[in-house]
Amino acid sequence: MSRYAAMFERLNSEGAFGAFLMLGDPDLETSARLLDAVIEGGADMVEVGIPFSDPVADGPVIQAAAQRALKAGVRVGDCLDLIESLRARNSSVPIGILTYANIVAARPGFMSDAAEAGADSLLIADVPAFEAEPFAREMQQAGIEPVLIAAANTPDETLRSIASLSKAYTYCVSRVGITGTHAGGQFDAQLIDRLKDAGAASPVFGFGISKPEHVGAALATGAKGVICGSAIVDLVSRREDVRGFVQSLKAVTRNDSVAE
Amino acid sequence: MRLSGRFGRFGGAYVPEILVPALEQLEAAFLDAQDDPAFASELDGLLANYAGRPTPLTQCRNLPSNIFLKREDLLHGGAHKTNQVLGQGLLAKRMGKTRLIAETGAGQHGVATAIVGALLDFETVIYMGAEDVERQKLNVFRMELMGARLVPVESGGRTLKDAINEALRDWSASFEETHYLLGTAAGPHPFPTMVREFQRIIGKEARSQMIDQVGRLPDAVVACVGGGSNAIGLFADFIGEDVRLIGVEAAGKGLDGEEHGATLLRGTRGILHGAETYVLQDGDGQIADTWSVSAGLDYPAVGPEHAHLKDTGRADYVGVTDAQALDAFKALAESEGILCAFESAHALAHALKLAEREPDSAILVGLSGRGDKDVAQAQALLA
Repeated sequence: MSRYAAMFERLNSEGAFGAFLMLGDPDLETSARLLDAVIEGGADMVEVGIPFSDPVADGPVIQAAAQRALKAGVRVGDCLDLIESLRARNSSVPIGILTYANIVAARPGFMSDAAEAGADSLLIADVPAFEAEPFAREMQQAGIEPVLIAAANTPDETLRSIASLSKAYTYCVSRVGITGTHAGGQFDAQLIDRLKDAGAASPVFGFGISKPEHVGAALATGAKGVICGSAIVDLVSRREDVRGFVQSLKAVTRNDSVAE
Repeated sequence: MRLSGRFGRFGGAYVPEILVPALEQLEAAFLDAQDDPAFASELDGLLANYAGRPTPLTQCRNLPSNIFLKREDLLHGGAHKTNQVLGQGLLAKRMGKTRLIAETGAGQHGVATAIVGALLDFETVIYMGAEDVERQKLNVFRMELMGARLVPVESGGRTLKDAINEALRDWSASFEETHYLLGTAAGPHPFPTMVREFQRIIGKEARSQMIDQVGRLPDAVVACVGGGSNAIGLFADFIGEDVRLIGVEAAGKGLDGEEHGATLLRGTRGILHGAETYVLQDGDGQIADTWSVSAGLDYPAVGPEHAHLKDTGRADYVGVTDAQALDAFKALAESEGILCAFESAHALAHALKLAEREPDSAILVGLSGRGDKDVAQAQALLA
């Protein structure tokens, strides 16, 4: 059983909490400590960005994190090393990579390197469903699970192909726009229903989670989990307590009244 | 999508899922418009009576007389950009959009978008790298005079590629009422195909003008390539003919160093701004900083059709340095009384070399824009 499947099984009706961090932000050493901090705070899954110079799907907070990492001289190989050492410290937490197509394309064997390092899934932000097949095939061969994005404006036909391609979970986006720019708290229950009808992998909301009440609202749609990105990365940039923040958001997922 | 959007292995639409419906809507509007005589007649009317088409074909009198200049510098707005902003502007109207966004480097495409925004009554927002805003104050003012709002982009290297990133981010949140009027034949499908079709008029006119004036097709067609829209527009009607096609990239301070914009000559395959194409990048896939004296050629990717024309050998790509381009700029001014854009001077520089080697060849050169925008920089460089 994959680590994601085992996690969803273990959590049962409790929502999964995913914490996002940009690898190498602000430097390799701090980044390794932050990965541990979000797990200590209760993150069920860890989603890690590999920095790209031109991240068009990301808002100012995540862009700045990528810039900090690149400025610190962080290379793709360093990011894979960070994953490998996290995996050595924690054998069960699912680790998902979020990055861009050019990073994947530039490194022959990127997917097998990522799988060998211990990553479980890979989401390529600028590869939509209709370009995803060759990437998904290569991921499956390498032993890493593809994750695709489903948005509120994605038509049913595309949701069906996302359902067949996306394995670890389905990354759901409720509203238009880029990361870290939403007021937050508004989640599209219809998208979750449509994904269920399409037979998609567990839906997890990815944009607009920055407060405990957002977690509750997202899970109330029937989503299986949430990923918090910009709000955590913003704390990193201000050197504030990431662990306590994760704790406060994770706590909401244990509340039975919102979990189903 | 109804078309594959591929040129061999290149092209495609590598964008966040959220933008796919916007690209599908644009492709549908474009294909429907192509079949609609009313669209063609409105566009042709604007091209003729607003923008000033056809543009002349000028045979050089004092430079080698086997060089023929296709005079896009005489088009309203001062460059070939106007052809395709009119096309995309009309498409945006058809789709019921009320707002235009665009990226710009030196400001030429920003000015062209401001023109169409004023003419067709759109709210217009132009993204421009903060670095470029500083360097191109005159164009910034021109855009503002025509009612566009300028947003300086502070992220990344604060130049053209960062402006494209920012426009794509805006579009991700605004596509319901906003059309992204991309400025060149690059980016995700359908932009490379659509922009080529709106720029095809350049080569179509030049072809019949060559036949009228010289009695035959040219032996070689030469155009500068940044994103590649003027080159693909000039090439399009010659691709099926026995005519050499030569694209000229910015060799900047020299192809041996890092300071150039020669994506096809020095880049490797990658994926940037929505398309698989050649990209200037490091071994990790991080996009490189580029350099050219001409801002219009200062871009780390290139339109995917050029990548295909290069790989299939149908077109040749060469580099011209800043210094060589400046020499050609000066020569054209002194000998023919024409101030051309630095971008176009790259094409001319190569044509001058070719004309010397091949006095019997007829050489068609895309003079893509006029040089007013470059005069201040020329003054500093040539002083």
